[in-house]
Amino acid sequence: MSLIAQEISVMLGRKQVLAGVSFAAEAGRLTAIVGPNGSGKTTLMRALTGDLPCNGRVTLGGREIATMTPEILARRRGVLQQATALSFPFTVAEVVRIGIETRGERADALVSAALAAVDLAGFSGRLYQHLSGGEQQRVQLARVLAQVWQPLDDEGARWLMLDEPVSSLDIAHQLTVMRLAADYARRGGGVIAVMHDLNLTALLADHVVLLAAGEVLAQGSPAEVFTDTLLSRAYGCNLQVNTAPRDGVWILPQVAGLTAA
Amino acid sequence: MATLSQAMPRLAGDRSQRARRTSAVLVVLLILIAFLSLGWGASGTSLPRAISDLLAGRELAVQDRVVLLDIRLPRLLMGMLVGASLAVSGALLQGLFRNPLADPGIVGVSSGATLGAILAIVLGASLPGPLAGLFGWYQVPIAAFTGSWITTMLLYRIATRDGRTSVGTMLLAGIALGAIFSAFAGVLILRANDSQLRDLTFWGLGSLAGANWPKLATAGPVMLAALAAAPLLARGLNALALGEAAAGHVGIRVQRVKNRAILVVAAGTGAAVAVSGGIGFVGIVVPHLLRLASGPDHRWLLVNSALLGAVMLLLADMISRTLITPAELPIGIVTAMIGGPFFLWILLRNRGVLDL
Repeated sequence: MSLIAQEISVMLGRKQVLAGVSFAAEAGRLTAIVGPNGSGKTTLMRALTGDLPCNGRVTLGGREIATMTPEILARRRGVLQQATALSFPFTVAEVVRIGIETRGERADALVSAALAAVDLAGFSGRLYQHLSGGEQQRVQLARVLAQVWQPLDDEGARWLMLDEPVSSLDIAHQLTVMRLAADYARRGGGVIAVMHDLNLTALLADHVVLLAAGEVLAQGSPAEVFTDTLLSRAYGCNLQVNTAPRDGVWILPQVAGLTAA
Repeated sequence: MATLSQAMPRLAGDRSQRARRTSAVLVVLLILIAFLSLGWGASGTSLPRAISDLLAGRELAVQDRVVLLDIRLPRLLMGMLVGASLAVSGALLQGLFRNPLADPGIVGVSSGATLGAILAIVLGASLPGPLAGLFGWYQVPIAAFTGSWITTMLLYRIATRDGRTSVGTMLLAGIALGAIFSAFAGVLILRANDSQLRDLTFWGLGSLAGANWPKLATAGPVMLAALAAAPLLARGLNALALGEAAAGHVGIRVQRVKNRAILVVAAGTGAAVAVSGGIGFVGIVVPHLLRLASGPDHRWLLVNSALLGAVMLLLADMISRTLITPAELPIGIVTAMIGGPFFLWILLRNRGVLDL
């Protein structure tokens, strides 16, 4: 089961935001979309979820998403947006439950498990509006998790589509959330995430799509994409890729005066 | 069932138990107030005497029959339906616009219905015979429904951009639409004859005094249909609280939910305004109190709004019949006296949260 983008192009006003973007994301792998500000990452995610009309084709499990109903799509994938505003004073438990069709005690169990997974066990009775930004982001992730964890009768892979899932989280929760996503992929689920943090991406992604100015500059494993040349070209500044102690990758910006070696 | 849910501690933050208890309390309250309201009034009719007559199988005294069955009973049923419809319309509008300040009266939906009704009264007489005969009694409710439907759609178009509704734009657009409709209504009123004028005056104030069986028979089914349809929108409106895109992602057909909500609001408000005129603030006070009591989940909010709306309007009606006996104060004045300050209170409480 794969998520395939073919020749995605988007014009916003007169500006070509995406031009001929193609890639394939496979279930069982964590696919990350990276690139500088304004490179079209969020626009690409919105085209992939079907929120933004675009030229080109997006298929999920072989079916074009434009032909699928919201009900069917909701059973195939959960989407975490960059920002979710919530009107009305819902509790955390009520927010997480909005996304699921399951009712009764099974729903309670699902909600509790999803909250525990994002390190918010014990928060279910709190009012969403009283939480911090990072906590709210994790509640929204829990809502999406509960949606894709629902026991349904069909067994195909379900996708997590995450737009900057760790943007307002502290480093410990960044790891919690990204490990959760990587683990979900390892169990056969599909994960595609727009990422800002290159180090975190290098640590946990299986496949990287590097965007620059609305086009795919490179794609492949982190080792293939994260090279000095490619990253420096994409971000327009001098970047040097190093290898961290345990075979990880570590990207160091080269700033004159700070990196006296 | 009750013992089972007591044995299993519910998940913290799940307020459905509380909402269910609220429903039960409201049902009891509604029954009590309905009986109180039947027995309440200027004439010397005695409800206990009438009930004991009925139970013993005796004919009702003529005065009891006229006062109870022909005056108070239709008024009671009308009050319940109008209160429930206005409260549910308010809750639906608030869910649709995603903010607690939307109310059929405040955002101009009632003015649209009023203009429709006035059009039907003043120009209805000049309709060609067959057409007038076709609509008959339904002329005014249909015109009111059309007026509120067009207003709600217009308002939504104006206040929503890229799936986001601006509270400020909604309120200001409501004021503008209300002003435009009042201007047209003014022109029509100038053209009205004396008997039409008397009919029209009560629209401005809002009153249940005109309640009778024929009116109930025309507007009642529309209000009942709106009340029955509203709970079907609950899941969609809950999801809509996350924004339109996110609602789509959890499987909601957003456009369909919005269209249906607008239609139900138009039916509920239109029919209510057609029979009782501009009774304001029920739609904002009732859902707000219920959100404080048992949370904003529309699966409960809509049902409980119907119950509390009916209770509140019956109470307001009893006040309006008592304050200046033997005359009666139009009920719209009573609801405005209570609801106006309440609206200000909500505004002040939410100033920080809403983008005002």
